[in-house]
Amino acid sequence: MEKGTWEIKKGFAEMFKGGVIMDVTTAEQARVAEEAGAVAVMALERVPADIRKAGGVARMANVSKIKEIMQAVSIPVMAKVRIGHIAEARILEALGVDYIDESEVLTPADDRFHINKHEFTVPFVCGARNLGEALRRLSEGAAMIRTKGEPGTGNIVEAVKHMRTVMAEIRKVQNLPYEEIVSYAKEIGAPAELVQQVKELGRLPVVNFAAGGVATPADAALMMMLGADGVFVGSGIFKSKDPVKMAKSIVMAVTYWNDPEMLLKISEDIGEPMEGLEVETLEVKLQERGW
Amino acid sequence: MVIGVSGVQGDFREHKWMIEKLGIETFVVKLPEDLDKVDGLIIPGGESTAMIRIMKMTCFFEKLREKIEGGFPVYGTCAGLIILAREIENYPQESLGVIDIKVVRNAYGRQVDSFDEMIEIKGFDKPFKAVFIRAPRVEQYGPDVEALAFLNNSPVMCRQKNVLVTSFHPELTDDTRVHEYFLNMVKEYKVN
Repeated sequence: MEKGTWEIKKGFAEMFKGGVIMDVTTAEQARVAEEAGAVAVMALERVPADIRKAGGVARMANVSKIKEIMQAVSIPVMAKVRIGHIAEARILEALGVDYIDESEVLTPADDRFHINKHEFTVPFVCGARNLGEALRRLSEGAAMIRTKGEPGTGNIVEAVKHMRTVMAEIRKVQNLPYEEIVSYAKEIGAPAELVQQVKELGRLPVVNFAAGGVATPADAALMMMLGADGVFVGSGIFKSKDPVKMAKSIVMAVTYWNDPEMLLKISEDIGEPMEGLEVETLEVKLQERGW
Repeated sequence: MVIGVSGVQGDFREHKWMIEKLGIETFVVKLPEDLDKVDGLIIPGGESTAMIRIMKMTCFFEKLREKIEGGFPVYGTCAGLIILAREIENYPQESLGVIDIKVVRNAYGRQVDSFDEMIEIKGFDKPFKAVFIRAPRVEQYGPDVEALAFLNNSPVMCRQKNVLVTSFHPELTDDTRVHEYFLNMVKEYKVN
């Protein structure tokens, strides 16, 4: 019997496909998310919009809070650690969290290196803005990738940019002759073996979700249209006027993204979405964290 | 012959590839009316709570139950097994109740306890690599259910007439034998 193999880590992420992973800060919110049809919840101290407002150092959530959320729901529970914070990750693994997000939403603990995720039994998801960044995270052992977007803004433009960039680079790699692979890998800062794998598969070797700025069912559907395998929603649900309706509608939109009639039905009567922020006016861009 | 794969949520792409590898056409099914376009259906792994809620919002759930009761062949892996089961013991959760098994969800623990194991399957000449991910366990099964494989005395592959279930994920391996077994069930149904 084997546990924590690459196949099991990567295979678990495949189960999230076509699904929505929702940020929650209480057991009550976790139950709302499960009831609405979330495939997993991300246990947090504060949603990204509030982290942005509060400023200061954002750390791993309180363990007792994560525990409370794990006890409240039957679906998988994820939690975030600071970039490079090996000890926070070991604590979450010991706690039995189902997936760890080594996330730019929290204040980085290491200004040069990410965690060696191969050493863990628990799987990791990491953010990326382009193919090079995605493949660097993969080579460190991430078993799932998501766009970074710009968390806590309710503004989809950055997530779109990151998804389009990754997809365009994948198409480019597919057309590269083999003799150009190594130089291209060097250019984007990724291992040549992984670039070659992308060329052969025509996609990332792991599940690729959208995250950072999803605020409406239409935003979620847009990301699916651009090739996302599923969607993370951070502040978009519990910062909206009617979280129950918003959560259900986003879940439906991720399944029926290619059915305009259904999207129309889903988008009626969702209430007021979260307030949005212009990316140009931001003092701190969270997406720039990570190396 | 066209095999439907439920695209409501989960790892449907992997099942689709398995069936296509065997040279059979597939169709991703998301709406109740799609069920009439296929000769059998695979419900993939994923989150059973999410799948049931989405299926209920479009009447997919009711239509599928009706079809299965009429003999339509269906195969559920992991979350699919939970949706097809008669009863879920540890969570108050609705299911289709088309196979007489009682199931415990997440019975082997959380993700850090997910594992793979070589198992013997009745009628297969060689062992099968079974991948278990936050897997359910079949606690009890009725007299009409044939248990085709066991792990630590619990059945991990069961069949009741036109309903096949596994608590593991053959779609995450390169081994197509369980999918071939299901294709034979669909062929039998088409002949009759």
